[in-house]
Amino acid sequence: MNPAQLLHPTSKGLYCPPGDFYVDPVASVPRALITHGHADHARPGHRQVWATQQTLDIMAIRYGDDHCRQPQPMALREVFEVNGVKVSFWPAGHVLGSAQILIQHADVQIVVSGDYKRGTDPTCAPYEPVPTQRPIDVFITEATFALPVFRHPAPSDEIAKLLRSVDQFPDRTHLVGVYALGKAQRVLGLLRNAGYDETIYIHGALEKLCSYYASQGIELGDLQPATLDKGQKHSFAGKIVLGPPSAFVDRWGRRFADPISCFASGWMQIRQRAKQRGVELPLILSDHCDWDELLTTIKELNPGEVWVTHGRDDALIRWCQLNQIQARPLNLIGYEEDNE
Amino acid sequence: MKRFAQLLDRLVLTPSRNAKLQLLCDYFAKTPDPDRGIALAALTGRLDIASVKPAMLRGLMAERMDEVLFGLSYDYVGDLAETIALVWDQQAVAMPQQAAVEPASLANVVGSLQMAGKTDALAILIRWLDQLDSSGRYALLKLVTGGLRIGVSARLAKLALADYGKVDVTEVEELWHGQEVPFLALFAWLSGNSPKPRQMAAAPFRPVMLANALSETDRQRLDANLYAAEWKWDGIRIQATAEAGVKRLYSRTGDDVGQAFPDLLEAMEFEGTLDGELLVARPELRDRLEVGSFGDLQQRLNRKTVSKKLRVSHPVFLRAYDLLDENGENLRNLSFLERRKRLERFVNPLEQSRFDISPLIEFQSWRELADNRENPPHVAIEGVMIKQWQSTYQPGRPKGPWFKWKRDPMLIDAVLMYAQRGHGKRSSYYSDYTFGVWTDEGILVPVGKAYFGFTDDELKQIDKFVRENTIERFGPVRSVTARKDFGLVFEVAFEGLNRSKRHKSGVAMRFPRISRLRWDKPPNEADTLASLENLIS
Repeated sequence: MNPAQLLHPTSKGLYCPPGDFYVDPVASVPRALITHGHADHARPGHRQVWATQQTLDIMAIRYGDDHCRQPQPMALREVFEVNGVKVSFWPAGHVLGSAQILIQHADVQIVVSGDYKRGTDPTCAPYEPVPTQRPIDVFITEATFALPVFRHPAPSDEIAKLLRSVDQFPDRTHLVGVYALGKAQRVLGLLRNAGYDETIYIHGALEKLCSYYASQGIELGDLQPATLDKGQKHSFAGKIVLGPPSAFVDRWGRRFADPISCFASGWMQIRQRAKQRGVELPLILSDHCDWDELLTTIKELNPGEVWVTHGRDDALIRWCQLNQIQARPLNLIGYEEDNE
Repeated sequence: MKRFAQLLDRLVLTPSRNAKLQLLCDYFAKTPDPDRGIALAALTGRLDIASVKPAMLRGLMAERMDEVLFGLSYDYVGDLAETIALVWDQQAVAMPQQAAVEPASLANVVGSLQMAGKTDALAILIRWLDQLDSSGRYALLKLVTGGLRIGVSARLAKLALADYGKVDVTEVEELWHGQEVPFLALFAWLSGNSPKPRQMAAAPFRPVMLANALSETDRQRLDANLYAAEWKWDGIRIQATAEAGVKRLYSRTGDDVGQAFPDLLEAMEFEGTLDGELLVARPELRDRLEVGSFGDLQQRLNRKTVSKKLRVSHPVFLRAYDLLDENGENLRNLSFLERRKRLERFVNPLEQSRFDISPLIEFQSWRELADNRENPPHVAIEGVMIKQWQSTYQPGRPKGPWFKWKRDPMLIDAVLMYAQRGHGKRSSYYSDYTFGVWTDEGILVPVGKAYFGFTDDELKQIDKFVRENTIERFGPVRSVTARKDFGLVFEVAFEGLNRSKRHKSGVAMRFPRISRLRWDKPPNEADTLASLENLIS
């Protein structure tokens, strides 16, 4: 059997004919294996969803309990069978509940990594290389930050940058743009690790997921809604407020005292990118691998082939060619390249 | 180096002009000589390091990494210095025998590179790039390649210097061209440690005299007999000065713009300083100087080099209205009446295709002048200038001697079509508006864009309208409902209209702004493209 017979791209996403399932499908399907809870990977409306318990919980929080008819929780590192195809879930280090999926059939082994990262994150289980007897045949990787310009600095340095600015401008509100799943909690976790123990204010869109993280034993400290009582105007001066980036440029963002706009994202590495978004304090914090981490991962796994899903596939494939590793783009449609 | 790197990082991301001034002012206050002067030279484009050129850096990168990967990176980032700063792989090979001088200070960087030949310069640069972090590498590369492009103009840097020294910016402008990098005398004066340096250079800039807008009460108060009047030409204010073989053209803020106008520069066969308006002449008229449109003039602006073809098709000339210096004699303390006489004598023998005199307007009363103002003989006239006969030439904008009395702006009613989110403080508002007028077929066609002219309260009202009537979104832009029977009509004021091939409507407005919100007016009563075209004379 060749790998493309075991798994290949379709308009609905990656499909495994012998197992009759899709991985992270973009349209509703009878059986979906889902790597993690971000909206472009985990969509509602499938019949069966196989995913980690935490990913299923996150989907239920976002889409309601009826996001699928049959949720099927997958324990990490255990092998399950579907139509004779063996599948197992391994930590990906991306967000809470995120997993890579190992698919084995006949003598072919494929790892679908979903989104993953190698950097430190106090809010989710770290990436583990999937252990196999021999090198896997295919490693399917994302390429969100696959350009040599993306070198993520140490997360603790970025958080220190934020805290220094809070000290320097005690009369201003620091508005930190974060995506609701993963980035928000990571920023909170890193702030707490850095010893910041004051109340942090959050936008309503982050509340449910932050409570869920707390219920999973991830300490995020005292969080309060960033709402105003009547007549109050400067109550957030000197405070840190977290919210989705879209909220800060909406009317919601007008309530804060002389705000400094911050944005936590891997894209903040590029100055013009930060400037375009009107970000004054860029925080280079990413849920994804940077260039070096992508290369390290591929070198460690030494797969027979690399298939690249979404992102800057041309640069990663070029590097693989230069290093005599077979690689090809999957050109999957429906995954967001810019939203981290 | 670290402080300079931090300054650049902050400047790039600071949208507000005042905050940029503050950052620059703080930097000048906290940084010792000569580093602050070198930074100033870099910011104002006066630093030239001959031993390092962008092409060398590209060559270096081609040796160090795959060209395709570098190309993809450069395409994505769009800035050579930033790309190299990010992709640089530190090769921290210990080389104690040739330990590099740390690039700790800008003086160090500039000094070492200016003394080095091309090969040595590259080797030194590589060692520094290995030692610095990404932000330091960015600053170093920006410094050595020149052309920072970080949103700071020479004008802004001079304003920051004036803030730092608590002096008027015209004083800085006046001295600017005589000061050598790293500006030690200038900083010594600004920091209060020594008296103002004397202008030693030939053909320096002389700070210009500016006019105030003439108000209704001014007209009632002032005696028309004490004033001269001339047309206000819609060109570029230029100071043309030639002394001891040095010829320069300065903008009104003292920037040397001679490079863009070599044809005028060559014709400056005189000793003295003229103040006047740079205009483009219509080349087909050989017997007289006839002014072209502002659109013609725009062809000649912001160019580093001028082709021969353009010099022929768009020749520039100076329409002089003042003489500040003649053969080393300072005339600025003479009255306008005296200067005007001297000016006429001075310009008379000059090359006629390059110099003429701005004519005076005969008038007895303000009412008569008002008639002239409303019926100017040429489209390139945007109003009248009024100058007191007895006034001396004073730098800055003194209240009283000179007034400008612009024509009333043109007005049209246009319909709001698109709104874009603003920047900085306005980032939560839709504050940049594209508006259109009706074609004969009853379709709205965009004719301009404006982002000021309204009050804060009006901004809130428009923002609300945009959010409630959005049809489509394209990134930061929303299209809004604009039907014959429903939409928002703006009264738009503007200074003039040009034909434009770049705009779908075929017309381009000059200086458009929102003058009134016409909530009362249904969109089908807004203006038509045909009525707009009638305004083009």
